[in-house]
Amino acid sequence: MKPAPSALQVRGLTKRFERLAVDALDLTIRSGEFYALVGPNGAGKTTTLRMVAGLSRPDAGSVAVFGIDALSEPVAAKQMMAWVSDEPMIYDKLTPLEYLEFVAGLWGIDAAVSQPSAHNLLVSLGLGPHLHERCEGFSKGMRQKVALAGALVHDPQLIILDEPLTGLDAVSARHVKGLLGDRVRSGCTVIMTTHILEVAERMADRIGVIAAGRLVAEGTLTELRQQNGHNDTSLEDLFIALVDTEAAAA
Amino acid sequence: MTSTAALTWFARHELRLAWREWLAMMTAGRRGRKRRAVVGLIAFAAIMHLPAYAVIGRFADLQAPLDKSTLIVITATIFLAWALMLSQAIESVTRVFYARADLDLIMSSPVRLANVFSVRIAAIALSVIAMALLLSTPFVDVLVIGGGIRWLAAYGVVIAIGLSAAAAAIAVTIVLFRLIGPSRTRLVAQILAAIIGAGFVIALQIAAILSYGTLSRFAVLTSDAAAAFAPDIESVLWWPARAALGDGEALLLLLAGGLVLLGAVMAMFSASFADTVVGVSANAAPAHQGSRTKAFRAGSPQRALRWKEFVLLRRDPWLVSQTLMQLLYLVPPALMLWRSFSDSSAAIVLITPVIVMAAGQLAGGLAWLTISGEDAADLVATAPLPASRVTRAKIEVVLIIIGAIFAPLVTALLFASPLQAAVTALAVAIAAASATAIQLWFRVQARRSQFRRRQTSSRLATFAEAFSSIGWAATAALALAIPLAALISGLMTAGILAATWKISPRRA
Repeated sequence: MKPAPSALQVRGLTKRFERLAVDALDLTIRSGEFYALVGPNGAGKTTTLRMVAGLSRPDAGSVAVFGIDALSEPVAAKQMMAWVSDEPMIYDKLTPLEYLEFVAGLWGIDAAVSQPSAHNLLVSLGLGPHLHERCEGFSKGMRQKVALAGALVHDPQLIILDEPLTGLDAVSARHVKGLLGDRVRSGCTVIMTTHILEVAERMADRIGVIAAGRLVAEGTLTELRQQNGHNDTSLEDLFIALVDTEAAAA
Repeated sequence: MTSTAALTWFARHELRLAWREWLAMMTAGRRGRKRRAVVGLIAFAAIMHLPAYAVIGRFADLQAPLDKSTLIVITATIFLAWALMLSQAIESVTRVFYARADLDLIMSSPVRLANVFSVRIAAIALSVIAMALLLSTPFVDVLVIGGGIRWLAAYGVVIAIGLSAAAAAIAVTIVLFRLIGPSRTRLVAQILAAIIGAGFVIALQIAAILSYGTLSRFAVLTSDAAAAFAPDIESVLWWPARAALGDGEALLLLLAGGLVLLGAVMAMFSASFADTVVGVSANAAPAHQGSRTKAFRAGSPQRALRWKEFVLLRRDPWLVSQTLMQLLYLVPPALMLWRSFSDSSAAIVLITPVIVMAAGQLAGGLAWLTISGEDAADLVATAPLPASRVTRAKIEVVLIIIGAIFAPLVTALLFASPLQAAVTALAVAIAAASATAIQLWFRVQARRSQFRRRQTSSRLATFAEAFSSIGWAATAALALAIPLAALISGLMTAGILAATWKISPRRA
């Protein structure tokens, strides 16, 4: 029997701006996995994910989403994905419900399905009292929650999040983490970049460490510890050790 | 730091900010373009001497004492300049209240706020005057070259009316703030600025049409009725005109009046400026309650995109006012159309180019908003539909709005002249499509709130859009009068479009 395709398979992904941002990156993420991509500022995390989401075209390499070539069949690949950036880009003059209606419309979701789903999502993220207020008065955290709800309303199989917890208070962050955990348990795949290593440590099935556009380590926390010979160290210490080693090598 | 030293330092800081804002406007925020901007500006000022000579050259020999009609024309021209400066000053004041990112820093610093805001008020006045001097230089130069150095006094008049315009703008904005609150002040002040800028010219045109059946603004000003209604030759009303002609006493009085007015505004409002600013930040984003839960609309992704664009436009009165302000210029020709039903004037042909020009400009603004001004660009880019369908949906929105606005005018024209209506409809469609195409070729990712800066993102696109609208307007007018000339004009405009496409970044 043919094995199920990976949720995401990236091969030789390369992107150069003024310098090499992503350097022939290979990455495989299994279906139903929570994958955290960590790395120092400017390591190439966001550039990688933007290429996967179809927001930027790679100079070389391939991206397959559930076996679909995302570069030659972008529409089919995008149908299965959702993208949330660290800077929530929503419409100030729409209410959260209207924003979700628009997103559901873009993904061609039946209104009868999307309306209750949108309502439930917003309420579960604590936006119940603000359903009919325009987003222009919202704090960054509230805007981030609206953007996240927008990403979930079309029930994607692969959710790509770039620093989704930036600007969220502790309660909101817990809501978001809970929501993402629920999605993974229901079979959805999540890829997330984060600077909050504690979140990666607690939530991710596997962690990828990226530096200078290359994947320098990957695995579960235990595997990462074993790879580096520190059996009881925290992810933060591991991360610093890995990044320092990479910097010294460069 | 002493109080005087602190104020001097702050004044220098304000001037530096104003200079950099202006430079960013001229260079579209791109570094390395400073020299090109300066050269371009000098070239522009030099070229402007030609139209200035054509417009004002024949008045260089004017000598005091003047007759009433001439005084009325000069005074009205100075008043028009004042109105435009007032319009610019109101915009500057609202920008200081709402857009400057340094207000929190200033408010939390241990400086005396009344002094700081006095400097800021002075900086507004200075920037308004500097811009006015820059724009008036070709005209004054022409007068000085043709009529002697006495016309240098006109620069003094520009400074005096600049001072009073800045003072009036600050007073108007703060009074508005107190009357209608911070959230509405921005919108009302900016609409007011646009109406003041255009209103005087339009009001003169309307008066001319109603009285004399012509679009000329001078018809009313040079009429016997205006001369009879105007005050005596010795009136204060003529001081600006007399000062511009070199009357030193009138000029000194005007300058003193302007300074006193600005000083009075500073004294009255500087202390409360801080409260106003606090009020703005406290109410910057009022919670608008949207409609209660409605059923989600079913339909295609394109329908969702069109719906989103319509809702966003409808809900942003500031953007709507900025976009539709060009339609104010349609009021005089519409009035003329209405009058033409009672007396069959040949001047009705003039309506066509005005309508076509307005359609082109409006389509350009709307196309920028829908195509470039996408606040959630990542969301739309990651949606599962081809980019071409997204673009098509956005273009449809522009064309639907243009159709809805101009169809009634064309329909009214149908009753007066079916041929003219057909030509106008065709030209409106072509002008709108051309302006939209230019915006598409020069699209840049921007926030909708940057709409006012759209002209600076690409000077080439701005000029191409203007020339295209003017070209199609001229072609339509010529099609009704000299069809062969229309063919040439049409080909030239198409040539401009082709050249624009050739050098556009989309093609590269």
